[in-house]
Amino acid sequence: MRARDLLLFVLGALEGHRLRTALSVAGVAIGIAAVVCLTALGEGARRYVTQEFALLGSNLLIVMPGRVETSGAAPWGGVTHDLTLADYVAVSRLRGVRKTAPLCVATETVKAGERSRPVPVLGTTAEFLEVRRLVVAAGEYLPPGDPTQGGTEMVLGPKVARELFPGASPLGQVVRAGAWRFRVTGVLAPRGRSLGFDLDDVVFIPVQTAMRMFNRRSLFRILVEAQEYGAMAVTRREVLALLAQRHRAEDVTVITQDALMTAFSSILRALTLALVGIASVSLAVAGVGIMNVMLVSVSERRSEIGLLKALGARNRQVLGAFLAEAVVLAAAGGVAGILLGFAAVRLFVNIYPTFPAVPPLWAVVLALTMSVGVGALFGVWPAQRATRLDPVAALSRR
Amino acid sequence: MIQLEGVWRTYRVGDSVVHALRHVSLAIRRGEHVAVIGPSGSGKSTLLHVLGCLDRPTAGRYTFAGREVGTLSDEERSALRQKSIGFVFQFFHLLPRLTAVGNVELPMLFAGVPAQERRQRALAALAAVGLAPRAGHRPDQLSGGECQRVAIARAAVMSPELLLADEPTGNLDRAAAAEVMELLEAMHARGLTLVVVTHDPAIAKRARRVIQMCDGEILEDSGALADEGGRRGAERPEGAPSAPSQSGVGE
Ligand SMILES: Nc1ncnc2c1ncn2[C@@H]1O[C@H](COP(=O)(O)OP(=O)(O)OP(=O)(O)O)[C@@H](O)[C@H]1O
Ligand SMILES: [Mg+2]
Repeated sequence: MRARDLLLFVLGALEGHRLRTALSVAGVAIGIAAVVCLTALGEGARRYVTQEFALLGSNLLIVMPGRVETSGAAPWGGVTHDLTLADYVAVSRLRGVRKTAPLCVATETVKAGERSRPVPVLGTTAEFLEVRRLVVAAGEYLPPGDPTQGGTEMVLGPKVARELFPGASPLGQVVRAGAWRFRVTGVLAPRGRSLGFDLDDVVFIPVQTAMRMFNRRSLFRILVEAQEYGAMAVTRREVLALLAQRHRAEDVTVITQDALMTAFSSILRALTLALVGIASVSLAVAGVGIMNVMLVSVSERRSEIGLLKALGARNRQVLGAFLAEAVVLAAAGGVAGILLGFAAVRLFVNIYPTFPAVPPLWAVVLALTMSVGVGALFGVWPAQRATRLDPVAALSRR
Repeated sequence: MIQLEGVWRTYRVGDSVVHALRHVSLAIRRGEHVAVIGPSGSGKSTLLHVLGCLDRPTAGRYTFAGREVGTLSDEERSALRQKSIGFVFQFFHLLPRLTAVGNVELPMLFAGVPAQERRQRALAALAAVGLAPRAGHRPDQLSGGECQRVAIARAAVMSPELLLADEPTGNLDRAAAAEVMELLEAMHARGLTLVVVTHDPAIAKRARRVIQMCDGEILEDSGALADEGGRRGAERPEGAPSAPSQSGVGE
């Protein structure tokens, strides 16, 4: 029997009971749509994070004091030297380094007139603006110059500016932080949350002032932007070597943006696969639905099966016809489910335009494979029953 | 062409045993026209199913065209049915979703005949039963007589050697029954071996040889051959007219 003839025969049989066909197709379609939607969400989350990292700059190195093993557990034994501003200056002079910014962070209550609130205070230098790809909305960012010189300039995140100076320009105004007085020189453009940290809700002051204010001897981080993406590993070794030489010990950790991103990305991919697993449960349910429909079909069409055998159809042809029927049902459900899933994702993206939810290609291929697999798996048993039917008994019943 | 030797077909129903065929021995030669009659439950359909290789004897030997059917595999018996045997049933057994021509194409579909040739042969077979204008009609748009003619076209389309008809006129009125029998007899006249199970004495009379069954046994056989056990009748040359049917037959 030719494949095309088989397909036409099967389609004719399916058309014979349209409602049942439509319902079992719908069952599979829902399962497949669930797979498509959930992978789109998982993949969207992964892309979102990746985008965030890309905004940070993909050739970013982050230097932190202490040797943190990848597990994040206990620091390496021995003395941990401070990561000083002098270290920062030395790093910024390395050849492979394009831009670098120190970071000293603490939370402090800031006051402007009557209003006050606790805010994360970031001590850094002018270069931070470029390293983190920030944009100034009004005024100026921290002034360039010797980082070891303190200053009284302060730059506000847009949210802080709004809350401390509602309806007024904060430029030139005085803001107190603890016992210190600052003058606002600039306000940043909104940037939104980035990796769980709201850059709109912070204030920036010169790094030296911050270290004195918070009584710190060590920097929290040094952000290093390498000259070239391709030379990241070299730059990383340079930074490590320089600091090892300065500290006479290997007591700092340098992580690359890439490593972080890869870690995040693989976690989120695992999450996506878990979601696929959950969605597969609904596919299994749909599979049982197909099995049921096929069993009904086999017992309803006993005389047809008997007839086909009387006409000389081989057992494997009968098996093939019923198996093909289940597979066609499931595959139709798969295609419908993919369309449905894409429509749902599109709707979701219309509602949340910033979330890059797109069903990945592998999920579409997987969904189709799964639907065909479900049809074959759950169609085998009913098809075997059709094959085993005694033609005499099947024909005599009326 | 057909040789049954001591064939039994036994059904087990719970504790009891039903003998649908009891030690049936029978020979049918190529080109014969045989009618099988007998009361309900006497084993006529069972005999036909065994002859058609749809059913296997519980005991005994069945030889079709020199091959012992009991030793054939499922696959080989299917192939035998496909090539050599046509069936016509009381309830037509047409697929309701297919048109007349689609139903006639069915045996060729499973035999892997290409679509174009299939269509041509099916239309020719329909024309031969006088239904060319009804080719595109579905069974529910056809009368009973027309349905049975479609079924005959389907049985004939693979050019079988043996045609088995189980009460082909059981569901038809006189006129339609006569038409159907004429078609079957015309096919017989072209060399086909024809075995018809019937309850209608008039139809049985048209056959050259009548086998009467009762309780799974052959009670009378108007044309039994000498080599079949020599109970009655002498060997005749193939195709020679048989003796006029016995008086007890066809009442
Ligand atoms: N599947 C079965 N299981 C048990 N007994 C059966 C089965 N099929 C047939 N029989 C029995 O075998 C016997 C012969 O049945 P068969 O159908 O051959 O009779 P028949 O002569 O064709 O009758 P009718 O004229 O009513 O069609 C009957 O007694 C019947 O009850
Ligand atoms: Mg019967």
